[in-house]
Amino acid sequence: MERKRSIRYDVFLIVILLSLSLCALLIMYLSKRDGTNVCVEINGEQVAQYSLSEDGEYALNGGTNILRIESGEAYLVYADCPDKTCVHSGKIKYVGQSIICLPNKVTVIVKGNASNGVDLVS
Amino acid sequence: MKKAKKLTLLAMTAAVAIVLSFVESQIPTFIAIPGVKLGLANIAIMFTLYKLGVSEAFIVSIIRALTVFLIFGGIVALIYTLCGAIFSLVIMCLLRKLSPFSEVGVSVAGGVSHNIAQVAVAFFMLDASAILLYLPVLLFSGTVAGVVIGIVSGILIRRINLDKIF
Repeated sequence: MERKRSIRYDVFLIVILLSLSLCALLIMYLSKRDGTNVCVEINGEQVAQYSLSEDGEYALNGGTNILRIESGEAYLVYADCPDKTCVHSGKIKYVGQSIICLPNKVTVIVKGNASNGVDLVS
Repeated sequence: MKKAKKLTLLAMTAAVAIVLSFVESQIPTFIAIPGVKLGLANIAIMFTLYKLGVSEAFIVSIIRALTVFLIFGGIVALIYTLCGAIFSLVIMCLLRKLSPFSEVGVSVAGGVSHNIAQVAVAFFMLDASAILLYLPVLLFSGTVAGVVIGIVSGILIRRINLDKIF
C-alpha cells in the first residue's frame, strides 16, 4: 500500500519535470530564426565574429579548435581535446544555438540582428 | 554490521561504481550534447544510500569520482563530476529522508540535480549564458535516465539481502 502511494508521487514528479522541459523546448523551437553571424567567445570574452553568409575556415584560440562556415551553417571540424564533443555537436544556424568546447573554454554562438526579435514577439 | 563486512561492502560498491562509469564511457554517445548520459554509476550510489547509509554513499561517490579521474584524467572533468555527484547526492539523501518518493523519484531528482549542478558550474566557469539553453534538454534527459536508473536500483535494493551474504 505504502509503495503504491510512493509511485503516485514519483509519477507526479516525472510528469512535472517532463512537461516543464518539453514546454521550454517547444518555446525554443517556435522562437527559432536564422542567425546572421557567429560570435566566438573564449573564457566568456568575445574574441571574434564571423558572418554566416561568407564561407570560410577559422582557427580558434590559437588553433585548439577549427571553425568552418559553409552555406549559412557553422560547425567545428577539429578540436585538440580527447572527447571531441564539440565536433560531434553538429551544425548550428539558428539564433541562440551554440557549440561549446568545455576543455578549451571555447563557445561559438549564433547571433541575429535585434530588429528580427521584435517582429517575432509582436 | 561488523566492521570488516562494512569495509568489504564499501569496497565492492565502490568497485561496481567505477566499473559502471567505465562501461558508460564505452557506450558511443548517440546524442552529442554535453551532459546527456545515463548515469549508470548512480545504480551503485543508490544501492549504497539505501542499504548502507548516507555517509557511506558519500564515500563511495567521492572514491568513484577520484578513481575515474585517475583512470581518464582531466582536472576540468573532475570538477564537473565532483560538483554533479555531491550536489545530486545531497538532494537524494534529503528526499530519501524527507519525501514520500520511492527509489524512482529519488533517482529522477538525483539525475536532474546532477545536470543542473553541471550546467551551473559550466555557467560560472565559462561565463556564457548560452549554456543555460541546454537546461531544457538536460532536464528531459535527466528525467528519463533517472527513471531507468531508479527502476533498476529499486529492483536491486529489494532483491539483494545484505544479511544473507558472507
